[in-house]
Parts: sequence; C-alpha cells; structure tokens
Amino acid sequence: MNIVVPIKQVPDLVEELEIDGSGKDLNREWLKYKVNEFDDHALEEALLYKEANGGTVTAIVLDSDGIDKVLHTAAAKGADKVVKITGDFGDSVSSHTAGKAMADAIQSLGFDIVMTGVQAVDDRDGQLAGIIANHLNTPNINVVTGVTKDGDNLVVQKEYGGGVVAEFEVATPVVVGVQAARETPRYIPVAKIRKASRGINIEEIAGSMDGSAGSDVSRMFKPEGGQGAEMLGDDAEAAAAKIIEILKEKGIK
Amino acid sequence: MSSIYVIVEHFKGSVEDITFEMLGKAKELGDVTAVLIGNKALASDLGAAAKVITVDAPELSEFNPEAYLKTVNEVVSNGDADMVMVGNTSMGMDIAAGLSVAQNIPLVAYASQMQADSVTSQLYGGKVNVESAVSGKCVVSVLPGSFPADAGRADGAPAVEEMAAPDFSGVKVKFRKLIEPEGGDVDITTQDVLVSAGRGIQSDENIPLVEELAAKLGGAVSCSRPIVDNKWLGKTRQVGKSGLKVKPKLYLTLGISGAPEHIEGMKEADLIIAVNTDPNAPIFDYAHYGCTADLFDLIPALSSKL
Ligand SMILES: Cc1cc2nc3c(=O)[nH]c(=O)nc-3n(C[C@H](O)[C@H](O)[C@H](O)COP(=O)(O)OP(=O)(O)OC[C@H]3O[C@@H](n4cnc5c(N)ncnc54)[C@H](O)[C@@H]3O)c2cc1C
Repeated sequence: MNIVVPIKQVPDLVEELEIDGSGKDLNREWLKYKVNEFDDHALEEALLYKEANGGTVTAIVLDSDGIDKVLHTAAAKGADKVVKITGDFGDSVSSHTAGKAMADAIQSLGFDIVMTGVQAVDDRDGQLAGIIANHLNTPNINVVTGVTKDGDNLVVQKEYGGGVVAEFEVATPVVVGVQAARETPRYIPVAKIRKASRGINIEEIAGSMDGSAGSDVSRMFKPEGGQGAEMLGDDAEAAAAKIIEILKEKGIK
Repeated sequence: MSSIYVIVEHFKGSVEDITFEMLGKAKELGDVTAVLIGNKALASDLGAAAKVITVDAPELSEFNPEAYLKTVNEVVSNGDADMVMVGNTSMGMDIAAGLSVAQNIPLVAYASQMQADSVTSQLYGGKVNVESAVSGKCVVSVLPGSFPADAGRADGAPAVEEMAAPDFSGVKVKFRKLIEPEGGDVDITTQDVLVSAGRGIQSDENIPLVEELAAKLGGAVSCSRPIVDNKWLGKTRQVGKSGLKVKPKLYLTLGISGAPEHIEGMKEADLIIAVNTDPNAPIFDYAHYGCTADLFDLIPALSSKL
C-alpha cells in the first residue's frame, strides 16, 4: 500500500491574530505557523498502518515558508518519501486550489490511500480530503479515527456525535479525513529531525494552479462575542473569591 | 426567490436538529426543498419545506459516505437549486466538499451567519469571522448551533417527490455496523456541576487537581477533545461535537479555548465560568464570567475556599 499524507501549516492560535489593512486577510507578517494538528494525526495513522501491514508513507506539502522542516519532521517520524509541490501558492491558498494541486501531484505519484487531516482552522472553502477525493475520483470518508486492514479491504472507523462510531469497509483507493489517530501522535526530538534533514531528499513536483475557491472574502473581523463574559481579572485569589460569591448567589454552593 | 436545497440529516429514525436549523434559516432566504435520503417516512417532519425530494434504496438505509454523495449529486444535477445547505457535521463533511467539486460550484464552509448574498464562516478556532460574497449556485456547510432549530420545526404536508436512486453498482464503501460508546462511570449529561479540563491542563498528572476541585463542588470532571485523544480521560467525559451535549447548572472550564466544536456541546449550560490566560480566547464570548488567571493558581485558590 502506498499511503500519501498531505500536510499543511496553519496559523498558531496561541498568538493573537490581527487583520491586515485590506480587512480581508490576516496580518501575516508576524504570524507563527504550526502543522495542522489533524494532519499530524493523519501522519500518525498512516505510520501505524504501515507498521502493521507494510507499505510506504509519503508526506506531501505545498511549498511555503518553513515547510522543509515539516517534511524533515515527517521523515524523522518514519515517512519513506517527502514531496514538495512547487508553485506560487501564497499563504492564504484556498482549499480548492490546494486540493486540485494535491490531487494532480498524488495522481502522478500513484497511491492506494490518501490520509489527511479532517479539517484545518482556515478551511474557508471546505475540507481538503473531499476535494482531493473528487478530483481523484475515489470514495472519501471523513472524521476517521482508525484505518485497519481486513483481507484485501480497509476497515475505516468514522465518528458520529455522542461517541457513536460507524464502521465501513472499502476497497482502495480511498481518501480519508483523519480526526484522530489510534495513538497519540509520536513526538520526535529536534536532534532526530536535524539528522533526518541531512539524510533525506525532498522530491519536487511542479504544482498545477487551476483550482479556484469560486468565492471571495469580502470581510474578516473578530467576533463581537454575543454579550461577552463579565471578566473577573487575572488575580487568582480575587477571582476565586468572586466565583465563590457567584456560586452562592446562584445556590450552587 | 432563490431555490434552496437543504440536505436532511437523520440518525436512528429521527431528523437531527441541524436540519431544522437549516430549514428555519433557508425559509428566510428562499424557497425551500428538503432532500431526504434513505428514510422517506420522515417527510412529515419537514413541514418547513415547500417540497421534499425523497430517494430510497437498500444502499441508503444507513448513512454511506459514497452512496449519499452520489445521490445528493444526482439530485442537485436534476434540480434547480441556487444554494445547497449541508450540515458541517460528520455526515455533512462527507458531502459538502465533494459536491462542490463534482458540481464545479463554490463551497463556503463553517457558516454561522447567512444572508441572501453573503455567508459568514467561523474560522481559526472561533477567533476570526470571515465573510464571503456568494452569488450564483453554491454549497454552504452550516455549523450546528448557529440558528434556532425551532424556526425550522413545523407541521405541514409538503409536496413529496420521489426520485429514483442512482446506480450504485460502482460503490465501494460498505456500511458494516455502528459501535455504541461504552458506558462510563459517570454520565456527564446528568450532572449539575461539571469542571471541564482542556489542553491548558498540560499533562495527565494534573487531572487529579481537576477531579479534586470537581468533588469539592459536588460535580464531575468533563473535558475537551484533546484530553481524550491523549487518553488522559475516557471518551465518556468529552463535551462537544463528537462528544456529548451537556446542560449543567455550572460549567467551569479550565484551559479550554472555546473552539466551535466544543461550544456546540456546552453553550446551553445555565452558568458558564471560563478560566483561560488568553484574554482573546473565544470561550469568553460564550461564558457568563471569565477569569484570565493561570489555572494552576486558580484551582488551589478556589479549592481553599470550598
Ligand atoms: C469533526 C471534529 C469534531 C470535534 N469534536 C470535538 C468535541 O466534541 N469536543 C471538543 O472539545 N473538541 C472537538 N474538536 C476539536 C476542536 O476543534 C478543538 O481542537 C478542541 O476543542 C481544542 O481543545 P482545547 O480548547 O482544550 O485546546 P486548545 O484549543 O489548545 O486550548 C487550550 C487553551 O488553554 C489555555 N491555557 C493554556 N495554559 C493555561 C493555563 N496555565 N491557565 C489557563 N489557561 C491556559 C490557552 O490559552 C488555550 O486557549 C473536534 C474537531 C473536529 C474536526
């Protein structure tokens, strides 16, 4: 089985997000990026599958600043091959543009399973997995929490609400959007990533640029936030005293 | 008036709230057609729609990502929809993006507000709203909890049009079974007080701190999804989209950011008190009271007073 794992970086939400002068995008100058956490789970699930059943894992990304480190990390974790799709995609590339470029590159690489994160925090025009799958003309299952093998087929677990899980059987090729890997994504020390960066060759594929979101952002803004919380400050003792008062008032304590 | 198709979501024989939310909103925006796949008996619940299109086949008796997408695509190809509304739910995610590519029409996802010509998406974990201009045929996926479900609950006898199912011979996905969650030691949906831990708790070693506080408050511990994914607490403690919906008298969050998927499960709580060092955390938009103290200072401060 060849498993291809599309990975992307997203703004780290720990930092304050600012809107730029156009009012239509984030101010990206000082933005810190990190790997989409669900992509991290997708890579983990791919590696778990490979470790149990054999095959290869290929991590694939669209070119952007700092992306080589993402590929080196994937290699250090156990990816056999790492691929960068080159092209001027920009930082706020739409899911449809990214999905088309990914699908074309994945088609040229050959694949049995594509595993990517179920969603990302900036997926304005939808989740990548469904877009890739339809360009590749394969079935697509999302919110996946486990992919295992049963004979020639895959068994895919998909989460519904309330903790209910649906189990599906599918013949490859298939594209899955991973919600959570069966195990917590492995941690790799920096030294190992550095070592991997020396030992692995990043393959480059020129990206197709013909996907389009089909809709435009007219405005970006911070939510007004309903009526908003009454803030009790940052002093733990004072806030705790106030909380006790509130609980007494409401008859909770 | 524009023609809006609402893809009905149903599970175990009942229509899900997200469908009523969408029907209510769609009625404000245009002429509503409900697309009901796999259980035509539910058409009588869809009185808010002017018309219901039903498609039934043995392959559709349980949700099937591939067969459902194929069916929705066929219905949309044969119909006159200007806009297709799909829930941004586990089932809806298997439909929306694929439909957009198959129909070659735009998709705007995570919609929390909608007007005739614009859709507002809740992105970046609820920290930023993004408004998109929509014109022409499009797909919109709607975040559950965005619109009142009651607005879409109506008795009535909408016209029902039965459509033949597409050919499923090439469908490769087969439904096997549903796996129900194992019962937990406590049922968090019946607790009056929940102390809910998020990723801010940092390590499983700190879970006992939260348990202790919950016990002192006469309640139980619940949590956000990463805590379960890290296996620090069991799945039965998870609140949110893929967890449980709770409505306690007190919901006290410790280190939870307030992502839309978490909010979905707890925003109806009577009293929400949030503790988070980030003053911009979206949880404060939903909490009644907020505190930006470090949770590791707040827990002992609170415990000592109980
Ligand atoms: C299909 C799908 C379904 C999902 N279902 C669910 C679900 O059911 N439930 C759910 O919760 N999530 C769900 N998620 C995940 C959701 O998107 C978020 O990733 C998750 O809710 C984030 O959890 P968190 O708030 O604990 O973590 P984070 O977003 O990482 O937030 C941690 C917060 O802790 C604060 N913090 C850190 N240190 C401290 C400190 N010392 N003191 C005080 N505050 C501190 C930080 O400021 C931060 O705001 C789902 C996602 C998908 C894609």
